[in-house]
Amino acid sequence: MKEIVLEYELPVGEKLTIYRNRIMPCSEINSPGRISIVSGTHGDELEGQYICYELARRIALEPENLMGIVDIYPAINPFGIDMASKNSPLFNRDLNRSFPGSSSGDLIDRVTSGVVESVLGSDLCLDIHASDIFVREIPQVRLSEDFADNLLPFAKLTNADMIWMNATATVHESTLAHSLNILGVPTMVIEMGQGHQINKPYGDQIVDGIFNIMCELGMWMGTRPRTQLPAISSDGSVEFIRSEKAGIFIPLTEHNHFVKAGDIIGEIFDPFIGEKLMDVVSEQPGLLFTQRIYPVVSEGDLLARILTGAF
Amino acid sequence: MQIVDLYSFKSIYRDDMQVKGYVFGSGEKSACIVGPSRGNEYQQLYICSQLVKKLTELEKLGVIANDKQIMVIPCINEYAFNLSKDFFGVKNLDINTSFPGNDYGEPITRLTGGLFEKIKEYTYEIQFTSFYERAQCVPHVRMTETGYQNVSLANLFGLPYVVVKKPLPTDTATLNYNMSTETSSAFTIYTKAKEQLDEKCTNSAISAVLRFLTRMGIIKYECHSGYISHVLKDEDLTDVYTEKAGIFKGKVECGEYVQYGQKMAEIINPFDGSVLEEIVASTDGIVFFAHNSALINQYETAFRMVHRLHD
Ligand SMILES: [Zn+2]
Repeated sequence: MKEIVLEYELPVGEKLTIYRNRIMPCSEINSPGRISIVSGTHGDELEGQYICYELARRIALEPENLMGIVDIYPAINPFGIDMASKNSPLFNRDLNRSFPGSSSGDLIDRVTSGVVESVLGSDLCLDIHASDIFVREIPQVRLSEDFADNLLPFAKLTNADMIWMNATATVHESTLAHSLNILGVPTMVIEMGQGHQINKPYGDQIVDGIFNIMCELGMWMGTRPRTQLPAISSDGSVEFIRSEKAGIFIPLTEHNHFVKAGDIIGEIFDPFIGEKLMDVVSEQPGLLFTQRIYPVVSEGDLLARILTGAF
Repeated sequence: MQIVDLYSFKSIYRDDMQVKGYVFGSGEKSACIVGPSRGNEYQQLYICSQLVKKLTELEKLGVIANDKQIMVIPCINEYAFNLSKDFFGVKNLDINTSFPGNDYGEPITRLTGGLFEKIKEYTYEIQFTSFYERAQCVPHVRMTETGYQNVSLANLFGLPYVVVKKPLPTDTATLNYNMSTETSSAFTIYTKAKEQLDEKCTNSAISAVLRFLTRMGIIKYECHSGYISHVLKDEDLTDVYTEKAGIFKGKVECGEYVQYGQKMAEIINPFDGSVLEEIVASTDGIVFFAHNSALINQYETAFRMVHRLHD
C-alpha cells in the first residue's frame, strides 16, 4: 500500500512528497514484527531501487508467507534521484548529514525527522546505499563499532560479502543509521555496487539476505534462501590505496578478486604526453573489494581497498 | 608584504589550484584571516582582497607591531569560484566541513590538512563565511561553544552582535571549531551579503578586523570604537518559518526594528497572484536574518529575530 510519509509545499505548484510501500501480512497477526528498507538518501545511488522492487515482487508471489510488516522507502531524496545528485537539490546539502532533524524546525529538519518518526517502531532497518560514481564496491554491511554488539548478529544474516566495522566519526552522528540506532531501531548500512548503476546479481544477493533476516525474525514462512556468512573486518584489516598523481587511472585487475602483495593493480597515465605516471601496487595480499571505476583522478583519490587478514 | 604558497592542488587539465597567503609583518604568528571556502561567497572574497590592499598600505606606514605577523588567505577554493559552484571538486564537497584534514586521505582532506597545518600556527583565526541559506543577516561574529571560546575577545571586533553556537556533530569539522582550542581563538565573521557586493558592508568588515588587530596590539591604527556588541546564543534567536510556499516578498530589512503586528513579508501564489500568507511580527524585535530570494518553500526560515538582549 502506497502511503505518504510526509508532504510539503514547494513554491511553484509541485510538492515534496516521500512515500513508503507498506506490505501487510494477509492474515491478522498478534504484534507482528516490522522491517524497514530505506533507500535513495543519496540521489545518485540507485542499487536500492532494484532491491526495493525485487523484495516487493517476491513477497507478492507468496503473500501468505508474510508474517510481519515490510515497509519500503525507495526514495528519501526523490529530487536527488530525479537530478542524479547525491545531495538534496532542494537544500544543496547531504541529507545523511542532517539527521535526526526536528519536527518543529525548518524544512530539512522536518524532512529528516519525518523519516525517523516513520521508521521508529521497526524491529530492524536497512539503509541501502550504493557506492558513488567513482568506485565500485562488493555488497557489504558498514557498522559503527558503537552499535556492533547489537547489529553484528543481523549483519551476519544479510548475505553480504563483507561486514566492515568502523570507528564512529563525530560527523557520522548526523546519519540516519546513527540516529535510528540511538533511538533503539537497530539499523545497518548496506553499501554495494556503484553510483548511477544497478548490479542485479548484487541486488538479488541482498534480497536473499533480507528474506533470511525475515525468517530469523519470524516474519517469513516461505523458503529460507541459501546464504553465505560475510567476512568480518575492522579498520585495521583494510588497506587503502590512493592516487599520488593527477591523471587517468585504468584498473589492471578484476574487482572482487584476490591480489598478492606487490601485484600491479592499475596504472595512472598522462594521455597528453603519453607517459605512465605510476604503477598502482598492492602492499598486502587480500581481496580487492573496492575498485576505482571513474578514470580521472587527483592526488588522494581512492583507487582500491584491499581486505587483508580476514581469511 | 610577502606572498607564500600554502597548498597546491593538482588537476590533470586545469591549472593547479594554488592557495596563497599574503603575509604582513614578521615574527610571532598572531592573526590569520581566512577567506571564502564556497564559490558563491563573492562578498567575502571582495572583503579579503580589500583587506590585503589595506594591510599593504598600513605595512608601508609601519603600523604593524614589531614581532607580529598577520596572514590573509583571500580564497581557499578558487576552482569553485571560476565555475560558479558552491563546493569543491567533482565530489561537490564543502571544504568547511572537512577540517582538520590530514596528509594521507581524500583530496579534500589533504587540502584542508595542508591548510590547517599552516593556519593553526596562528593565535587568532578570523574566517569570512556565510550561511548556506539564500539570506542576509546582521553583521556579527560567531563563535563555536567548544569550552575554549572567549566571548570578550569577540567583542573587540566592535560588530553589533556576537553569537555563540553550540556545535552540531557536523560543526565539529569546521575550521572555526578546530581552531577554537586552549592556545588559539577562532572567530567567524558574517557580513550582510554573500552573492552581492556591498561597499558599506565591506568597509565595516575591514574596520572590524583592523579594530580587533589594534586592540590586540598587533597593529597601531586609529579606528572608531565600533559597537558595544550584544552577545547572543544562537538558540536565543527566534526562527520564523513560512506556513506556505510561493513567491516571497519581504517587507523588512536586516537590522530593522519591527513592532508587534507589523507586516514582515507576503507569500504570493505564483500562478494567480493571490496572497497565500502574511508574515506578521509576533513580538517586538530586531530582524537578524532575512530570506532574500524570490521563492520560498513551506517551513523555510523567512526570518530569525532577536527578542531578548543580554546586556
Ligand atoms: Zn550513500
